[in-house]
Amino acid sequence: MPLIIRLFVAVSLVLCIGIAAARADEADRQQMKGLDEQVQDIKTDVLGIAAELNLLEEKLLYPSGTQLAVFVALAQGDTVRLDAVQIQIDGQPVARYIYSFKELEALRKGGVQRIYVGNVATGTHTIEVAVGGKLEGGADYSHTGEFTFDKGVGPKLVGLTVAGPGSGHEPIELGNW
Amino acid sequence: MDRAPHRWLALGVAALLAANPCASAELRDLYYGEALFEADQGQFFDALVRLDTELAQHYGLDEPDLDTLHYHVNGAEFSVGDFELNYRMHNRAGRAIRAVLEGNVDEAVRNEAAFRLARIHFQKDQLEDALHALARIQGEVPEEIRDDVEFLRANVYLASGRPHDAVAVLKHMPESADLAGFSAYNLGIALLQDGDATHAIEQLDRAGQTKARERADLAIRDKSNLVLGTMLFESADFARAEQTFDRVRLDGPYSNQALLRAGWAEASAGHYDRALVPWGILVEREPTDSAVQEAMLAYPHAYAELEAHGRAAMLYGRALESLSGEIGKVDASIGAIRDGGFLTALTREETRQDRNWVVRLRQLPDAPETFYLTELMASHDFQTALQNYLDLEDLRARLVSWRTSFDAYEDIIRLRAANYEPILPGVDAEFRELDSQMRVRLEQRERIASRLHSMLTAPRPEFLATADERIMAGRLDAISASLQAAGEAPALDLERVARLRGALTWRLETEYHARLTQAHKDLFELDRHVKDLQANYDSFVRSRQAATHSYVGYDAGIARLRDRVDSALQRVTIVMARQGHAIETVAIDQLRSRRERLVAQQTQARYAVADSYDRARSSQPAGAGR
Repeated sequence: MPLIIRLFVAVSLVLCIGIAAARADEADRQQMKGLDEQVQDIKTDVLGIAAELNLLEEKLLYPSGTQLAVFVALAQGDTVRLDAVQIQIDGQPVARYIYSFKELEALRKGGVQRIYVGNVATGTHTIEVAVGGKLEGGADYSHTGEFTFDKGVGPKLVGLTVAGPGSGHEPIELGNW
Repeated sequence: MDRAPHRWLALGVAALLAANPCASAELRDLYYGEALFEADQGQFFDALVRLDTELAQHYGLDEPDLDTLHYHVNGAEFSVGDFELNYRMHNRAGRAIRAVLEGNVDEAVRNEAAFRLARIHFQKDQLEDALHALARIQGEVPEEIRDDVEFLRANVYLASGRPHDAVAVLKHMPESADLAGFSAYNLGIALLQDGDATHAIEQLDRAGQTKARERADLAIRDKSNLVLGTMLFESADFARAEQTFDRVRLDGPYSNQALLRAGWAEASAGHYDRALVPWGILVEREPTDSAVQEAMLAYPHAYAELEAHGRAAMLYGRALESLSGEIGKVDASIGAIRDGGFLTALTREETRQDRNWVVRLRQLPDAPETFYLTELMASHDFQTALQNYLDLEDLRARLVSWRTSFDAYEDIIRLRAANYEPILPGVDAEFRELDSQMRVRLEQRERIASRLHSMLTAPRPEFLATADERIMAGRLDAISASLQAAGEAPALDLERVARLRGALTWRLETEYHARLTQAHKDLFELDRHVKDLQANYDSFVRSRQAATHSYVGYDAGIARLRDRVDSALQRVTIVMARQGHAIETVAIDQLRSRRERLVAQQTQARYAVADSYDRARSSQPAGAGR
């Protein structure tokens, strides 16, 4: 067998099982491992800061006495392609959102989007919701709904579940939490 | 940079990713749903912050059973572990899943937790711990992870140097499973490691002919054929090796290696003319690929063997030119890396957006430093290092943004203080006055209520006299007293006073029940007003407290957070620099190694050009060259 072929055979098995041509030596690997541990520690630290900061923000910007959070979900198994949602509270526009493919997929998998956080006084309020999108066949779809909700002394969570026609659900359902 | 114990294995990563734990269950907690929404988009930091906060609040409640997260608490605990795993926080992920494992959960949940823990240990190369976690799986195993458990068990056995045990597990994996392609390939590798080359070849032959549609399955089938072909080539079964290499798709990730080896299989069998076909395809491909560079020399070598020395000389010349160009590219890449270009290219937005960014990097005209590093960049350890670098960059951006937010928060607090502080003393004084008036009235109400209640058992008609009647009774008392004080009062006058008092008493006695009923009605009416008053009072107290809370008590918290952010930012900057330097060093080492190889090939090409020209000249008839 010519030398060039023998050399090829010697390296071929190594290559074919997917090892990178040049592997970092053990020292490199140990260094990377040490850095990985440090990065994990930093992540833990920053996650703690973020949690504390969230509480501070909530207390400072959205105190529980006036806090209102509005969430958007898709009805389970619904195929409507949600493009946009607009929300007005007591006649004032507060949120307008256009969905990316990733966000739509996350909604379809059961995720819930917090679309708005703000402050309202205790009492009864109206929320007007407009949704736009496309149906499975490509036809345009839009719907508007108006609901009332009561804001008490605690934080108020309002969940809006959007569904396409023929799904057996209301186009927009409001849930109070 | 791959970790040694796993280099043989097809890990079937996609199949090992955890399913969304809430996909089919009705969602009862919106914030849990929000965490899933973030996680499904790969925003694991945000998902973790949300879920950590929710779980901390849930466990801090006096009655957590009344909290909406109660319905999802097991899923949430699992999700925390999953999110941490996806956010490459293996240490914390292990802790979270161990907590589930040791909690009061049913068998299926415990088994799933043990599986996830085993997977984390395996990914961290803690093979003994992985086996220990797998040993805890007993009884009912959820169907959706049943095959994954066995596949993982086999992988751990293989990585632990126990191929015989791996073979026993993989032989019982169902062929219809999602992991069929991966397990078939791993069974071949396990048999090979177990020293059973004959059955290994048979198994890889089967794995190389499985029906596949998904990209990952197609890739593992190609890999099976590549390994099998190489084994056959090593055992000098060139014809079968060549047939096996032919089964590798021409557009798959293993096609360059397959074409190169197919050519060598033909060449080794003495069929240099047939070797020209795969090598001819290969030399037209991306010149930074090591297989293509090897083919640049192999292709003219085949022509030389076929006595076509002129053609060989020309192709060697072309190879020499191309290899020199590639050496120049490698040098430029090393220079670009030293100038920080590599890290800049790696942190481009498309790196985060596109899963196949490693492949696409080659197509970016302005990122030459990445051309030679796609193999390195596809390796597990490099990916971990790079992801850590990107995560640090993300954390850095967050920390910088938070630091800016503190100034805004302090502004808000200052403005609120400036607004409230001048008016609150006046408001408080007014409130104190109203509060004392209110207390007096409420005490009066209590006295009346108590008196009315006692009158139900001990009637006191005089208590229900009107103001006129009370005045009238008083005047009668006064007249009677003055008459008696005057000595001998006229009997007629005294009778009149007695008659009038009798009339008054008659009215009070006869109207007593009606008046008592009316008094209770009036009390109920009063209670309604008292309730409204109390609501207004409570609302005012809340607003008053909120006014103070809106600007008092933040200073220490903000100062502490600011210190923590500053300190974290400092740590991030230092570790990021180290991580970046480590990435650059590994990349430069890789490029140097590629450069050495290119230089060797260049030297080889240089000699071969000269040799081929000599042979071409000597094979020409005398006088033909003049």
